[in-house]
Amino acid sequence: MSLYLIQLINGLGIGMIYFMISVGLSIIFGTMNFVNFAHGAFYLLGAYLCYAVVAATGSFWLALAVAPPAMALTGWFAERYLLSRLYHAPHQYQILVTLGLALVIQEGVMLVWGAIGQNVATPVLLQGVVVFGSFVYPKYRLFVIGFTALLTFVLWLALERTRYGAILRAGTESTEMVALLGIDIFRMFSFTFALGAYLAGLAGGLTAPISGADPFMGPGALSVAFVVVVIGGIGSFSGALAGGLLIGVVQSEMSSLWSEGANIMIYVAMALVILVRPRGLLGRA
Amino acid sequence: MLRVDGIHSYYGKSHILHGVSLEVNKGEVVSLLGRNGAGKTTTMKSIVGIVVPREGSILFDGTTISGIETHKVAQRGIAFVPEHRGIFQLLSVEENLAIAARRDSIWGLSEVFANFPRLKERRHNRGSDLSGGEQQMLAIARALVNGPKLLLLDEPTEGLAPVIVDEVVQVIAAVRQSGIAVLLVEQNIKVCMNLADRHYILEQGNIVYSGSRDEFCTADQVRERYLTLN
Ligand SMILES: Nc1ncnc2c1ncn2[C@@H]1O[C@H](COP(=O)(O)OP(=O)(O)OP(=O)(O)O)[C@@H](O)[C@H]1O
Ligand SMILES: [Mg+2]
Repeated sequence: MSLYLIQLINGLGIGMIYFMISVGLSIIFGTMNFVNFAHGAFYLLGAYLCYAVVAATGSFWLALAVAPPAMALTGWFAERYLLSRLYHAPHQYQILVTLGLALVIQEGVMLVWGAIGQNVATPVLLQGVVVFGSFVYPKYRLFVIGFTALLTFVLWLALERTRYGAILRAGTESTEMVALLGIDIFRMFSFTFALGAYLAGLAGGLTAPISGADPFMGPGALSVAFVVVVIGGIGSFSGALAGGLLIGVVQSEMSSLWSEGANIMIYVAMALVILVRPRGLLGRA
Repeated sequence: MLRVDGIHSYYGKSHILHGVSLEVNKGEVVSLLGRNGAGKTTTMKSIVGIVVPREGSILFDGTTISGIETHKVAQRGIAFVPEHRGIFQLLSVEENLAIAARRDSIWGLSEVFANFPRLKERRHNRGSDLSGGEQQMLAIARALVNGPKLLLLDEPTEGLAPVIVDEVVQVIAAVRQSGIAVLLVEQNIKVCMNLADRHYILEQGNIVYSGSRDEFCTADQVRERYLTLN
């Protein structure tokens, strides 16, 4: 089977992970005008919590059920007691504090689990490969694509079909107008933060069996997430999906074409997109 | 019902309101007139807490609301329809209404659709698909389903065709009929004289005139001095 097809599927899987890391960052930026440099650390901590639960209980499924909600709680606390004080501060203060928080998390992870990365075993059920004629592909990676696709659909439904989703979408246009309708925007901010941290933590947990948990995985994920947000358009759910998939596929295809340049190409892709559409693929004025 | 008492509001260092006082009683329509830049919008923003006055107080139904958060002011029963209308462009007409709707409002969706047939026709359209007049109607309708006791309207007829202006006037009359008080900022003086029970004139952040409907009708000099364009 063609290498490019395999890389395409790999790219979709990676892209879905990128989407899950980025969507929270994008919506937080779009609604609160808040730059969260700690978002990559949520991804990191999600991976390590997953590792810790697997190490303690042996169950990846339990880890997947426990780690992301723990991250949601972490994100909620961080917003409520630290970051919410910075909403009216200039961006450079937000960057300073969230970067500090990211470092605290990263150092904390190294203190508890060491400076060397940890492997997380693939759950027994998903070990090995699926074979369809000449198509051979790891089961776990297929699971990641299916699971994240399902989750994305559920999120989309919640965003498009519920009152709370409508409030969130309204918030990306004007939080002042939302407040004028008697809606507590600060509660909305906390919830959004928790949701973003949940998704980033889940992304970390899902990646762990593929590339392990590594104390330095935060900054890389964060920079990719910023690229995705810029490509997709700030505050846009579908933009984050399109941007995540695009970057995943570009990176993955390039790794077989020109592996040294795979990481550069995501920035080239970003530059091309903003040349043509300065507000991103699905951004708006 | 609403009592604004000597408020001073600022944008950063610029002092915009210099002790504005005004009152709106139950069931009244009160107009707030004044030239461009007089501070009318700032007064409304101060009432709803978007701008926080540094001095003075604002009482609503006997309790102080100056200094509390905007969403709490709205929950107390003051709805503000801003000049730019603030329709959520990505949301449908129905969603714009749904996120504002409160059960205890005397204006439900059915009352709104009866009074705004255009909105019913367009309820599945996005906010961005609406004309200026439709956006204004939606903005007022959305404020009404929010269950206000007092409605603040900032230049509701601005930029609208004369036929639509008449529709807006009818809507405001219907709002008054339903027992909701209105504070109206409006450049169209005919609309104001037609609707309002009392008038205030604001000039450079000071209230320089207040009078009843009849007083204002005969106060030609006042109108000339403070309201004619220069
Ligand atoms: N966000 C702001 N920052 C600084 N100054 C402002 C701001 N908004 C308004 N101003 C200034 O405050 C003054 C009062 O403005 P305001 O919008 O309240 O006037 P207005 O009576 O509503 O005028 P208009 O009829 O043009 O709407 C003006 O001089 C204006 O330039
Ligand atoms: Mg104004």
